Amino acid sequence: MKCKNRVLNSKCAGEEKRVGTRTVFVGHRPVSETDAYVEQKFCDNRIVSSKYTVWNFLPKNLFEQFRRIANFYFLIIFLVQVIVDTPTSPVTSGLPLFFVIIVTAIKQGYEDWLRHRADKEVNKSSVFIVENAKQVKKHSEKIKVGDIVEVKADETFPCDLIFLASSNDDGICYVTTASLDGESNFKTHYAVRDTTGLQTDDDIDSLTATIECEQPQPDLYKFVGRINIYRSNQEPVARSLGPENLLLKGSTLKNTKKIYGVAVYTGMETKMALNYQGKSQKRSAVEKSINAFLVVYLCILVSKATVCTTLKYIWQSNPFNDEPWYNQKTIKERDTFKILRMFTDFLSFMVLFNFIIPVSMYVTVEMQKFLGSFFIAWDKEMYDEEIKEGALVNTSDLNEELGQVEYVFTDKTGTLTENSMKFIECCIDGHKYKDGISEVDGFSHTDGPLRYYGKAEKCREELFLRALCLCHTVQIKGGDNVDGLRVNQECWTYISSSPDEIALVKGAKKYGFTFLGHEADYMKVQNQKNEIEKYQLLHVLNFDPVRRRMSVIVKTSTGKFLLFCKGADSSIFPRVQQDEIQQTKVHVERNAMDGYRTLCVAFKELTQEDYKKINDQLSEAKMALQDREEKMARIFDDIEADMHLIGATAVEDRLQEHAAETIEALQTAGMKVWVLTGDKMETAKSTCYASRLFQTNTELLELTTKTMGDSDRKEERLHELLLEYHKKLLQDFPKNSGKLKRSWTVSQEYGLIIDGSTLSLILNPSQDSSSSNYKSIFLQICLKCTSVLCCRMAPLQKAQIVRMVKNTKGNPITLSIGDGANDVSMILEAHVGIGIKGKEGRQAARNSDYAVPKFKHLRKLLLAHGHLYYVRIAHLVQYFFYKNLCFILPQFLYQFFCGFSQQPLYDAAYLTMYNICFTSLPILAYSLLEQHINIETLTSDPRLYMKISDNAMLQWKPFLYWTFLGSFEGLVFFFGVYFLFQNSSLEHNGKVFGNWTFGTIVFTVLVFTVTLKLALDTRFWTWMNHFVIWGSLAFYVFFSFFWGGIIWPFLKQQRMYFVFAHMVTSVSTWLAIVLLIFISLSPEILLVVFKNAKRKNHQTVPFNLPMLLSYKRMENGYTSEMKFQDAVTNLTQRCHLRIPQMQQL
Amino acid sequence: MGPCPVVGQWQGSGLSLGLHGALPGGGAMAGIGALPGNKPDNTAFTQQRLPAWQPLLSAGTALPLFFCAGLACLALGLGLHFSSATIRELELDYTGAPGSGHNCSRCANASRAGAAGCTCSLRFELPERFPGPVCLYYQLANYYQNHRRYSVSRDDRQLSGVASGLSNPARECSPFRTDPRGIPIAPCGAIANSLFNDTFALYHLANGTFYPVPLDNRGISWWTDSNIKFSNPELINGSLEAAFRGTAKPPNWPHAAYTLDMGNLNNTGFINEDFIVWMRTAALPTFRKLYRRVREGNFSSGLPQGTYRLDITYNYPVLSFQGTKKVIFSTVSWMGGKNPFLGIVYLIFGSACILTGFVMLAVHIKFQKQNQMDVE
Repeated sequence: MKCKNRVLNSKCAGEEKRVGTRTVFVGHRPVSETDAYVEQKFCDNRIVSSKYTVWNFLPKNLFEQFRRIANFYFLIIFLVQVIVDTPTSPVTSGLPLFFVIIVTAIKQGYEDWLRHRADKEVNKSSVFIVENAKQVKKHSEKIKVGDIVEVKADETFPCDLIFLASSNDDGICYVTTASLDGESNFKTHYAVRDTTGLQTDDDIDSLTATIECEQPQPDLYKFVGRINIYRSNQEPVARSLGPENLLLKGSTLKNTKKIYGVAVYTGMETKMALNYQGKSQKRSAVEKSINAFLVVYLCILVSKATVCTTLKYIWQSNPFNDEPWYNQKTIKERDTFKILRMFTDFLSFMVLFNFIIPVSMYVTVEMQKFLGSFFIAWDKEMYDEEIKEGALVNTSDLNEELGQVEYVFTDKTGTLTENSMKFIECCIDGHKYKDGISEVDGFSHTDGPLRYYGKAEKCREELFLRALCLCHTVQIKGGDNVDGLRVNQECWTYISSSPDEIALVKGAKKYGFTFLGHEADYMKVQNQKNEIEKYQLLHVLNFDPVRRRMSVIVKTSTGKFLLFCKGADSSIFPRVQQDEIQQTKVHVERNAMDGYRTLCVAFKELTQEDYKKINDQLSEAKMALQDREEKMARIFDDIEADMHLIGATAVEDRLQEHAAETIEALQTAGMKVWVLTGDKMETAKSTCYASRLFQTNTELLELTTKTMGDSDRKEERLHELLLEYHKKLLQDFPKNSGKLKRSWTVSQEYGLIIDGSTLSLILNPSQDSSSSNYKSIFLQICLKCTSVLCCRMAPLQKAQIVRMVKNTKGNPITLSIGDGANDVSMILEAHVGIGIKGKEGRQAARNSDYAVPKFKHLRKLLLAHGHLYYVRIAHLVQYFFYKNLCFILPQFLYQFFCGFSQQPLYDAAYLTMYNICFTSLPILAYSLLEQHINIETLTSDPRLYMKISDNAMLQWKPFLYWTFLGSFEGLVFFFGVYFLFQNSSLEHNGKVFGNWTFGTIVFTVLVFTVTLKLALDTRFWTWMNHFVIWGSLAFYVFFSFFWGGIIWPFLKQQRMYFVFAHMVTSVSTWLAIVLLIFISLSPEILLVVFKNAKRKNHQTVPFNLPMLLSYKRMENGYTSEMKFQDAVTNLTQRCHLRIPQMQQL
Repeated sequence: MGPCPVVGQWQGSGLSLGLHGALPGGGAMAGIGALPGNKPDNTAFTQQRLPAWQPLLSAGTALPLFFCAGLACLALGLGLHFSSATIRELELDYTGAPGSGHNCSRCANASRAGAAGCTCSLRFELPERFPGPVCLYYQLANYYQNHRRYSVSRDDRQLSGVASGLSNPARECSPFRTDPRGIPIAPCGAIANSLFNDTFALYHLANGTFYPVPLDNRGISWWTDSNIKFSNPELINGSLEAAFRGTAKPPNWPHAAYTLDMGNLNNTGFINEDFIVWMRTAALPTFRKLYRRVREGNFSSGLPQGTYRLDITYNYPVLSFQGTKKVIFSTVSWMGGKNPFLGIVYLIFGSACILTGFVMLAVHIKFQKQNQMDVE
């Protein structure tokens, strides 16, 4: 249960206003004298993230709290107690509710105060605005759309600005968006070309321009606009504006002295503000179980009340029972209608038994989740020295879900692999180039001659290397020379959003071509002869995952126009001369087999006219306000055609350490691991072998474009294959498919490979006849395979797959893990989303529920933390229901002996304190500290994970067991004391005990029993457990003495006065209490003992696997002594892929 | 319910301008333990490695436990059983239901008609000597002192002698809060109104004459009740009657409260022990209350075997609600009155423990053998 998404109180940023455009007058200056300047109404630059004000805090907060169903229920109970004459005072339920409400209100108030403070800090920070050629200092909140704002180095932009001019002559500024998306590299932004010269306040004030742009949209990386610059007596000049011209609020200006910008979006309309949305509401399976149990208990509650009400009126039908002479009704009671009386009686019983659904359970569950999640963040083993970060918990609601995962969807690049690319080799015109084996990574400059395997023509070589040097978006970040002035080569760092590009640039450097950075529009490259070549960068056709390629258009110093393009083979091959493909294709496929990432490089020479045409088209498209993206894509498509293939590169992306062991552990734990990657099939497949997703004996079922063929009957062929595979699997898995889900004893394992286009063919078939049938066949195939590899996936397809599995029968719990922006959709889609704090920015980590530094940490996160949290919370929930059942059952039974008069068995103080003080802390401590199996065993034996699969501890069977236990104990408590009270003179001097002593004895037995029951369940006794368990009991005794020891002036009746003290003077009572506690606990003790005896019998020898021996083999009858030999052969088999590769060297 | 988790909300963010510069609401890097470079503490607590005792209830540890517990229970059970068995108890039903031919039937009829002061007597034999001190109880059945309407109908403030309680009794007391004239009733409420008012006198037949057996009415209530919780209003001019002026007697009472024990100022009014005993409401519809003890004079060592006569002033009507009345003579021991239940349950539980112990032993041995065979 979490706060609702905070709806920003943004009257001005409504959804409906996001369509259309807005016109901004720069500096609020009218365009011409004739047009009257109309002040437009935009919202101001005040950020309001706070929810409450001093005035509305109380009503608003209370309203929000009572909107939750549980709070509302307790409020109703409380009101019933106030209005109707009920057995228990309103305090008993009012006090806990009040406590919870107050604590929540204080916490939310404090958080809101922090928000207010932070808002104020932002809103009151001073900014400089250029007004009438003068700088005016203002509070940030005063900025209006159209103001020209000056921002200095290392300042944060106060609103979204269109970049007009910078202190750099080239109109460039550097920005870091670390606080927006976590990417700490510098991003270059460009000023509007026609205003770059306006570098002083006076100059900038002379600018007359309007900006038309779209209404604010949340996408951080999209912006479409147009600036019209009016010069005296001239036609206005229009320039297109894109995201590169927009400086976003929240990002920081770096390495640039100052910039001028005009505010276009302010306050709650900034992209940053629009981007804030509460996290998606993921609810855990445990929560659903709790709700189901709640319904059961609600039914019990209502039926108890109904039974009591009915019996009461049956009992009262005897007049001497209804109103004996000693117990006369008041006149008012006599006068009320029978129906009304019955109704109030029913409500009274409800109130009397309402403790069966405790307020405190919600509080305790909430606390357990919140406090418990700290253990994940604190875990030293999930701390990565390299990035100096540990795990991050974004939501604590899903801790226990980590112990329930059935499907793991993992990204490949950056998740399974390190995403630290190494340039391995390249091929130019079919000739292979590879440097020495002992490669020194990094900046050490290995100039030396490289090993050639036959040579391509010199000019082709150089062309290829120039292409590598030019076709990228890499920047250089140096100590203090950002502009790429060559001062000291050693302190350069290449930075880019894509590690592949860096690897390629570094690769080119090894072959003698060094990229030296940008200088205004020019890119500088040092060639093999140490000469510096300059290329004018005309256009960058950026990479996007749909095109899967990027291009640059440059002008050489000789005036030639060149287009370089690099991209995936599938996107390059159709766009180059077909005769050139063959020789390169061999290399590309070989490299892919070896698990390298391959890119093809192509080029094209453009004539002056061509370029002019392209340039016009691009400018026009860039200027478009509507559908700019599509227009651009279309033009890119036209431009990147008829190219010439030069060669291909191979970059190695190493597997993350322990990735294979982790995958195997996950599989042993009964999880099915699916790899969803955008990569090529061959690359992905080899990674899967290396990471042991596929074993050598795994039979692969392929559903790829290759197996489909190119023909038109693709779909038919697909259907044939699907049926064939389905039949095959059905033969192997006889009927009981459900049972086999988690067993490795199956002789044959199947793996499925599918690619994006085939998937879309299945999911979105052309003719809709019988399509859903094939869809379900496909799903059945998927679910029967032990591992599935999906390659060539678009981000949305990844989410589609996750959704498909999520919605299958049984609703298996899914987990997605990824590191890049392309994984965000699947992270959000899955039940549990895990982000890797990888090299591709922070988007995945930001959108995830948990973030870990490395893939291998998943093992501990799931097997240890997930397992423990699940066991803890499941036990917590069951225990809570149990302890309240045996709390209320005696109260119910007592009604049979007090004429169904709603007489409470326990004193009000006990009723109130039972859940709050006497029995709350031990279970909280248990649910935070319990390790029924210690962490090392859990991580080293993944099979233990299967024990809690399918929500095992919260199924109806264990629930019934606990309910039975609670009922049994309730019966023992009540009837034990009932028979004891057959003779109520229990003191040695013959004095008698009354009804409050009766209740106190029951209550004492109850408190001791439920606490000791927990003690029996505790397997991990830290000092804290000792402290709270024995402390709670001691506190109960102390409190009882204290409560009964004083005449309380505020109480109407001194019911408990010295009741407890008298109780403990009676030896019989002592003996009865001890006996009843023992009897209540005996079934539990017996069960535990027999379970342990059984376990001891079946105990297996704890096994230590050699690193490379598979768990699956163990399960299939291989024991550790079972020939090391075998392990070795197995090992060599698995490594057969690597060996030929080594031989090549 | 409850607290909306701080997680994913504002943890850590909002505390600095820089982070607030991120998404408002701190969606960005908010979360637990997010600070980069902040290596987690390597303490036993944070790493969940606190030293812990990890007990495992195995057959080995449980077996002796079961035997010990079983033996202890058996011993206790035997002790309890014999203690209970040595307690002498004699019950005399004097309800006098019509047609029972009982001596008190006459009085029962009379009390039904509303007449008070009818006396009847019971002659009974004590088959053996009752060692002292012997307690005299009265027991009512089918009498719901624990009925909620009844049990709340009292005013503890009034009973503690507070003046305002006397003049203005609690609302809960109605319909016995004020008399029809509106004068507050003291003591108010249904419990006080229905005070048990039968009286008993015991005679022992010795040498052909009945000698009265002195019955001690002191110390039959809890000390804390009669000395602290209950207390009379402050005397006015040394007169309790004056203190009670302005109050009415409960409708069922023949006399006002201050006349409960006329001669003894320490046992009259609210602090009358019979009254206090009655005011401690019973737990179950069949209950006994201590009436008197025999511990004085010739009978301080107990009631000798022989014939006795009990004179009863039959005031209390019970037939209207099908109740019964009994007088019980009982000796007491360390465990209180006669109560066979505890001893029996202890014996059963003890034997069950030992039996389970044996079963477990058998299972244990069987498993061990199996294990050994497995090893071989």
